[in-house]
Formats: sequence, C-alpha cells, structure tokens
Amino acid sequence: MTDVANPERLLFASTTQSFLEKEASLGRLRELHAAGTSFDVDWWRRAAELGWTSLLVPEELGGGSVSGDGVADLALVAELAGRTVAPGPLHPVSTVLAGLVEAPENHEETIESLVSGEVVASWAVYEPGKQWSPLDPAVTATRTDTGYRIDGVKDRVEAGAEGPLLLVVAQCEGAVRQFLVPTNAPGVHIEPQRSIDLVKSYARVQFDGVELGESAAVGSAEQTAGLIARQSQIAQVLQCAEVVGILDTVMAFTIQWGFDRHSFGRPIGSYQALKHKYADLKIWFEACRATTNAAVAEVASRSPGADMAVSVAKSYVGEHAPGMLQDCVQLHGGIGVTWEHDLHLFLRRATLYRSMFGTPEEHNLRVYALTERESAS
Amino acid sequence: MTDATAAPTQTDESVEEFAARARAWLAENMPRIDPDNPPEADRGEEAPWLRARELQRMLWDGGFAGICFPREYGGLGLPIAYQKAFDNESRNYEMPVILNTPTFTICAATILDTGSEEQKRQHISGALRGDEVLVQLLSEPSGGSDLAGVITRADRVGDKWMINGAKTWSTSAFAADYGLMLARTNWDVPKHEGLTMFLVPIDSPGITLRRIKQVNGSVEFCEEFFDNLELGDDAVVGEVNQGWHVASRQLHHERRAVGGGSEFASGIGAEGKTDMPIDYVALLQKTGQADNERAREMAGRALVHRAVRDQLIDHVYHGVLDGSLHPASGSIIRITHAETHHLEFDTALAITGSSGVVDEGNDLIRCGERFLSRQTAALGGGTTEIARNIIGERILGFPREYAADRGVPFREVKRNKS
Repeated sequence: MTDVANPERLLFASTTQSFLEKEASLGRLRELHAAGTSFDVDWWRRAAELGWTSLLVPEELGGGSVSGDGVADLALVAELAGRTVAPGPLHPVSTVLAGLVEAPENHEETIESLVSGEVVASWAVYEPGKQWSPLDPAVTATRTDTGYRIDGVKDRVEAGAEGPLLLVVAQCEGAVRQFLVPTNAPGVHIEPQRSIDLVKSYARVQFDGVELGESAAVGSAEQTAGLIARQSQIAQVLQCAEVVGILDTVMAFTIQWGFDRHSFGRPIGSYQALKHKYADLKIWFEACRATTNAAVAEVASRSPGADMAVSVAKSYVGEHAPGMLQDCVQLHGGIGVTWEHDLHLFLRRATLYRSMFGTPEEHNLRVYALTERESAS
Repeated sequence: MTDATAAPTQTDESVEEFAARARAWLAENMPRIDPDNPPEADRGEEAPWLRARELQRMLWDGGFAGICFPREYGGLGLPIAYQKAFDNESRNYEMPVILNTPTFTICAATILDTGSEEQKRQHISGALRGDEVLVQLLSEPSGGSDLAGVITRADRVGDKWMINGAKTWSTSAFAADYGLMLARTNWDVPKHEGLTMFLVPIDSPGITLRRIKQVNGSVEFCEEFFDNLELGDDAVVGEVNQGWHVASRQLHHERRAVGGGSEFASGIGAEGKTDMPIDYVALLQKTGQADNERAREMAGRALVHRAVRDQLIDHVYHGVLDGSLHPASGSIIRITHAETHHLEFDTALAITGSSGVVDEGNDLIRCGERFLSRQTAALGGGTTEIARNIIGERILGFPREYAADRGVPFREVKRNKS
C-alpha cells in the first residue's frame, strides 16, 4: 500500500496525508473527545471532496479511483488515517458503498450523496448478544402491500447515531436480505453506545414496525450473500490497513525513544532484553504489512482466495497488534499508561478493531473451515 | 571481493534454445520422478550420496553441470536465466539436489571467490564431475554463535601445518571428500585476525569422524577430531591469518542459498517426503476431533501463521530487492521460520493429545517425536538470539552488544571453564 510508484497515487497520498496532519491531528482527536463529538460533519464533507468516498464507486455512478485500483487506494487512505487515529466514518461509509455499487438499482441518489459526503450511512449487521455472524440475522423484514416492514434490534452500529441511513441485514421470507433504512423513519429508536475508542461511537438501533417501500431493498435474495461477503472483506481489510498505519507510527516513536531514553548511563535500546523485544516488534510489523498487502490485493482483484486472505490477515493483525502496542507501552515505562501520552489513543483503536468484524479466534475457525472445504474438493 | 556471479559468456544459444536442448536431453537420459512424491534422500544414509554422485556425473557427461560456474573450472559460464530455465525443465527428473548445499552453493562458491587457481581447477570441476563432495568444518564443540572464537589450532611445524582440535555440526561430512576448515594460526592478535581457512581431505590420517545422533534419530551431522593432522601450504584457502574473510564469504553464500537465491544450485525439487507440511484436516479426522471447535480454532491459527510466513518471505524478498527493506532483513524470515515451526509442532502435539505420545499404530506418535526436536529450527543456521541481535543492531540501529573480546589478543580472552 505504501507502494506509491504511480504519480497520481503519490499526489493523492501526499494530499491525504497533509489533510490528515492538519485537520485530523491527535490534538484535534482529543478536542473532539472533550466535546463529546465523534467527528465534524463539515470535515467529513471535505474529506469526501479529496476523493475518499469515490474510490470504490465506478465512474458511471459518480466515483473513480486514483490508480485504477480503488480497493488499494482506499486501503492507503485507511493506513494514512491510522497514523493519526483519524476520526470519521470512513469504514461505515465505505462498507455500505461496497454493497450499494454491486446492486445500485434504485440507490443511485444515495450513492451520489454518500460520495459527496453530504450523507453518512452505516452497516447495521451486529445484533445484541451475538458475535460476528452476518448471515444469521434475527431482525425480520416482512412483506407488506407497499414494500417491507422491519422489526428487531441491531447494535454495535458504527456512527449509527450520526448518519441518516442504515444498511440493515434482515431475515426475509427465508432468505437474508439487506435494506436501506432512514433513521428518521417512524419506529426507529437509536441509543448511543460507548466504545473504547476515544471518538468512535456506536449505536443500538431498535426497529418497531418500520415501514419501507419496495425500493429499500438492496440487491436480490440471490445476490445478498455475495454482497455481504464483499462488504465484510472491505470492512476487514480497512481495519487491517488502518492498524498497519497505527503500528508504523507507534513503532517509529517507540524506536526513537529507545535511542533517546537513558537508564544507568546507556540508551535503553542498548539492553539486549529490550533490543530483542524491538526485534520482535519489527518482525510482527513486517508480517502485519505483508499479510495486509496480500489481502488487499486479493480483494482488489476479486480473487476466489479473497475470503481466505482476508481472514488470514484479520486473524494475524488482530492477534498481534494490541499486544505489540502494549509492548510499546512497556518500553515507554510509566509515561505509557498516562492519559497525557498519546499511546492509548492508538491502543484504543487497535483494540477496537481486534474484536469488531470477527475476532482472531473467529477468523481462525473460518480459515480452518475454508481449508477443510478445499481439501474435501 | 566481488560476488561470485558467473560472467556472461559468448554463447549463441538463447535461453529458449538451451531449455529446449535440456528438455530433450533430460527426457533421453535422466530418470523421471513424481515431484509431489520425490524419492527419499536421507542425508544421514550413504546410498543417497552415492546416487547423487552418479546423477551429477550424468549431468557432467551430458554437458549440463555447473551452468553458472566459469568455463575454465568446468562450468558452462552462463547467466542465471539459463540455470532457472534448467531448473524448470528438470523438475520432473531425479536430480542430485543434496549436492546443492553446501557443496555447490557454499563451498564451491567460496573457493571460486577466494581459492587459488589450482584449488579452483581441482575442486570446482571435481565437484561438477560428481567426484568431490565438499562440506564446511566451522562450528566447534566449545561454542556455536561465536564462530570467530574457534580454538582448533594450526601450528607451523617445519614447512607443514599441524592441526589439533575438534569441529562439529558438519552436515554429512561422512560422505564428503574435502572440508573447508577454520583454524587459529595466531593467538597474539584479536580473534578475527588470527584465523586461517584450510581445505582438508576428510580421509586424512589424524581425523577421527563420529556421527552425531539427534533427538529425532537423524545421523546426518558429524563431529571431527583432529590429532596432529598434517597439511601443506597448498591446503590454505586465501591467505594465512585472513581466514575470517573466507568464512564471511561462506556465511554470505549460506544466507543466499538458504533463501533460495543462489545461482549455483541446480534442480529445485524436495529432498524427500519427511518435511511435508502438517495436514491438520487429516489430523483432526484421525483424532476424532473434526467437529471439535477448540481443535479447529487451534489448527486454524496454525494455518494462519503458516500463510503469513509465506506472505512475509515474499514481502521481504521484494523489499530487499527494491530497497524498501534493509539487506539484513533475511533475519526476519529466519526467525519467523522458527516461530512458525514452533507453533505448528506445538499445535500438532496439542491436537494429537495422548495419541501423540503413545503409539496406537496410526503414526500419530510422529507428532510427539517432531515436537522433541522442535528447537532445531531455532538453532540451525545461527540461533534466533543472534538473528534478533542482527535485527536490533543492523536494521534498527541500536548499539551493539558489549563484547569482552573486542580488540583483545585472543590468548587473553576468557574461554569456557573446563
């Protein structure tokens, strides 16, 4: 992803990076937190103007990517966003767009408003009391004369209280379907949910007989499993890419600390116990980058191996990143556990991502099941 | 000293023409094999070595030996693209793959870099004809990681060198003709400056050779004892007291060979089925745990780590090539290789449970046995501790470890308490 040999991509990367450094600094993140805000709507519109929301969208639907490889470009944005633990609905908007562009019928205007940054949407896929199981919803969509009626509860919906639209996974006539639901529709009740991230907020959303028109459905029943697979892949590789950006940044200042901090008259990085810990961090970091790059490439090319590659990356990055950041806290000593030091901002985001959209353990099971299927065929 | 890459030579034959000629010759002359089920070539047995010499002789007679070695020493003097083409053509044929390392990729390559004209003519072409197997006599019982601290001594007696000491961990020395042996010739200078490399005939009087039996039963490694072994000046490789330079070339060639990056290797097949990856699906079925979520999760984790290791090898290979990663990043792969082995052997042990430690006649006890020699992956080819030092010091730039022997005449350096 840092392979920005392509000049347009290089320009895009540097524009994105300077925008993030200026407008989404760690200081700004702390201000948003203090104000109880998860992101600034106007800021998101400007991010959209830089092209962040258009990368997965084909030109005929008003989008376009920088290098011709939209998934890789988007992963680059996520990696850069990780460097400052940027706020904003990049993941939920990208995930919803990934589904909508596969089945754009009746949703052209929604796509346009998401691309422009005017509207924020989020994927309502989790349900209370259940772990990652996107194809097993209890929320129901019942056929009515004019369309569908939605009943049930979703939760852990990122930015669910901030956006006017939700893409809801529901059970409908024996099939899993997805529906676009406006949050201002009668019968939608939203309660914010706190997360361990400094700014990212989530929501519990209750649907009590929410009436929708025919056109609210996204894709056919036959298409839906494929759409959900694609949306999951996008959500998961974006998490991995953002974590790579987080690790890259934290490692850089933690390594510098190893040169600058002196104990017993020596830089602490000269002690073998610490040097070996640094070596392990370097090994795991390169492995996180390698597996994330591999997953991005498979998703970008819509390879049959994409599910496997994404689960491998999500498991590996999820298993290692939080522990690596805790190692960085340990290398910093007491300052590392203070509110004042920025380490916890990074640790919070990486820990959030470890467990959302499938834990390492859940992805290990998935990798085993895919391997079993391959060896049976 | 430049890398011992073969100089381009005057050939009118294109790579494609060469490949076509090789294809025809292989079909006519070499035994076919199934590359997924290669013939077992246990390096601890005599027979595979005799077979390898025979196969090498066939390659020599057919004019396909030493594709990247210079012509004056018996090779073909062709660029690496010709070797790659030959590897591709020969994958379905029985090849003397156990001769690749250390004979060709390390020993012959080092002799090419540092040997005398006479040594190059004798030993490189000898190896290419299948007449000579070469090994390294570097490590000593007195120490592993501190290679330059060797205490095997070579003393000047008249116009001869008198060798006394011991070497260990030499791969298949029992099957070899010559070994590159590092000995101390000056004890009054710091450790790197008093070493000399010798080329020793393994069957010389004064050498006693003993097999090392490993925990897993393998007997491929040997230990050698030298009692007043006599060598002439013609046995010196490079210059007297410049042996560390020669050893450094060996280490350089070894690292390249282990990563699969040597142009002097010919044939790319496996050495047998003993090193096949663990089949977790079969393991869970055999142990009645196909539906056990705990076992499935553990196996899935091992598969994840295996996949990431392969992705990392690719990432590091290209990173070093394009300069985005430090040239010493091979150590990242070296450690990950060991860590992945650990995880896999631990996982297999856990999954097989009691079936891995008591033989029920279903071969699952192999999982217990493989676990017993788990640490070989973290020791052979340099310990993971040394590799972590390399990452910490050379890649990340932290200060080097304190060495009590730096700049000190070797005679005064503290050694093992006996």
